[in-house]
Amino acid sequence: MESGLVLFLTQVIRAGTPLLFATLGETITERAGNTNLGVEGMMLMGAVIGFKVGLATSNPALAILGAIAAGVLGSLIYAFLTVTLRANQVVSGLSLTIFGTGFAGFVGKEIASKPVPASIKSFFAPVKIPIIGDIPFIGPILFNQDVFIYAGYILIIASGIYLYKTRLGLNLRAVGENPGAADAAGVKVSLNKYVHILMGGALCGLGGAYMSLVYVGAWKENITAGKGWIAVALVIFATWNPYKVIAGSYFFGGLDIIGFRLQKFNISISQNIIDMLPYTATIVVLIIALRKSKENAPPQALGNAYFREER
Amino acid sequence: MGERGKMQLVRISKRDDVTRAKANMIRFIAVLAALLASALLILFMKRNPIEVYASLLKGAFGTPSKVRGTIVEAIPMIITSLGIAVAFKMKFWNIGAEGQIIMGAFAASYFGLNFPDMPMPLLLLIMAVAGIIGGGLWALIPGFFKAYIGANETLFTLMLNYIAYKWVAYLQYGPWKDPDAKGFPLIKKFSRNGIIPEVLGVHAGWIVAVILVVIMYIFMRYTKKGYEISVIGESENTARYAGMNVKWVILSSVFISGALCGLAGMIQVSGVNQRLTLEVAGGIGYTSIITTWLGRLSAPAIAIVSVLFAALVQGGQYIQAAFQIPKSAAQILQGMILFFVLGSEFFIQYKIYFTNTIKNKKKGDM
Repeated sequence: MESGLVLFLTQVIRAGTPLLFATLGETITERAGNTNLGVEGMMLMGAVIGFKVGLATSNPALAILGAIAAGVLGSLIYAFLTVTLRANQVVSGLSLTIFGTGFAGFVGKEIASKPVPASIKSFFAPVKIPIIGDIPFIGPILFNQDVFIYAGYILIIASGIYLYKTRLGLNLRAVGENPGAADAAGVKVSLNKYVHILMGGALCGLGGAYMSLVYVGAWKENITAGKGWIAVALVIFATWNPYKVIAGSYFFGGLDIIGFRLQKFNISISQNIIDMLPYTATIVVLIIALRKSKENAPPQALGNAYFREER
Repeated sequence: MGERGKMQLVRISKRDDVTRAKANMIRFIAVLAALLASALLILFMKRNPIEVYASLLKGAFGTPSKVRGTIVEAIPMIITSLGIAVAFKMKFWNIGAEGQIIMGAFAASYFGLNFPDMPMPLLLLIMAVAGIIGGGLWALIPGFFKAYIGANETLFTLMLNYIAYKWVAYLQYGPWKDPDAKGFPLIKKFSRNGIIPEVLGVHAGWIVAVILVVIMYIFMRYTKKGYEISVIGESENTARYAGMNVKWVILSSVFISGALCGLAGMIQVSGVNQRLTLEVAGGIGYTSIITTWLGRLSAPAIAIVSVLFAALVQGGQYIQAAFQIPKSAAQILQGMILFFVLGSEFFIQYKIYFTNTIKNKKKGDM
């Protein structure tokens, strides 16, 4: 049953999962009208804290909570700067990435190259879901994975429902499109921005934790290697739609590991050239995702600080 | 609570009566606050912050050779920041300086490696021009897509950083690998003619940096092009109604932005590393984003901030050795300074009134 293709696609899902969390997080953040370029920093913070807590406690739940807390902390700095103090979003996000990279490098100093504790490793081992896990082809790829990946599926669906089918989701979209009108309608703009920026941070922290706790199974400096930035680009690719985040993330997960697969076939391309693939593809995405239709457009007030007195 | 709850206690309004001196004072206080906050962090690491800061200064300015080291660090930062400033003024968020430095260095190295016997002044000139064109073209790619189809330049320029890095890695491990390096993946050193000579103990790049600060100051402030750039930064529509050729201005200034970064790359590769390596940019492209922002896009201020940041980098290496404080601590400090200065802008742009009412007063009473 375990043909080469199935195995490859199983790995694609794994490779795409950190991107899935981070991209979903940034999607929610941008829906509130804020571009947070600190994704890479928050992922690194989540990765290092999640791993450190995991190492100290051997408790997977605490490790996850730690990663969430780290992501939330990072995004809280960003939210305070951009929402309360109305600072420039681009520079605030960049600063967060610089800070987060330094923070992670610093905290991760003594835990580098230590393996993940066995209890956590077994907790995140693949578990087959009964019945649907037995569907040929799809079953082993999608439903014989670890709990983290299942959580990803659920979060995507939950975010989609939240955004498109609930009152709160409607409020969120209104804040991102036209905060003035939302405010006039009684929606608390700042509160909405804060909540969703922090949610975004939590998801980025989780994406980072998947890297260190599950995917790599160790902490190493700059473990995310630009995934945070690719996630920011994927938001555009997914046109701010949580459901489309899935496709983008797994596609890029595939690009991430395809070089490794190509080596098997003795294709003589330098690894360094193959490593350019995800970045080149991101650029292609940036260019082709620009088909401007109303449905696919970014939230209208994206990037602007909201100041009631200037309404 | 949301806006409403807060507004009862604190009222905010925009102000435009802040003098330059007062604004700079606020920024200065912000940097102090950042140092204070970082001091807490150092305390948390169980080190003495005063001692650490003192050694930081000593490591940066303690001896003439340390001062020279700080200047060597500052040179590429100044030139790169000047380049970034041109783009930022236009609100073109060029965060691809790192890649533009690398590609400038690559283009310069091509000539440095292939024409080792050319007379020094000519070879250095050709290398500089190659660096300028290499960096400029690398920036022009995202510039083109921004001007014509509105592609997001932040991510575009950033992705090109990774690609440039991988490109040099490819060269270093592949076609440009020096066969005489005993199997080490190293690119050949330049001949003497391809290395920038020293003037007053520091490679002559500092002269270029000083000249460029003056030129860019005049360019941004007193030329038509400089004015057009700032108008486009404020509003593309205004620029269009005023009859400016917006696309052309975007393309040419993005080229200038990348060209300066590319020149910084040439100076690094020729004056400092003397061969093309993966570390040629070494994060300068990212640090320079900070110095550009902190320098408020003004050339003289950028020069000052760059020297201070170079001191931070240089001193940071020293405290790393002296206190076993990891290098990343310097990055945290950079981030902290940025956060505080970014936050302080709020107090420059807005006035805050604290109403002396506590709870039950209504909004209209204020």
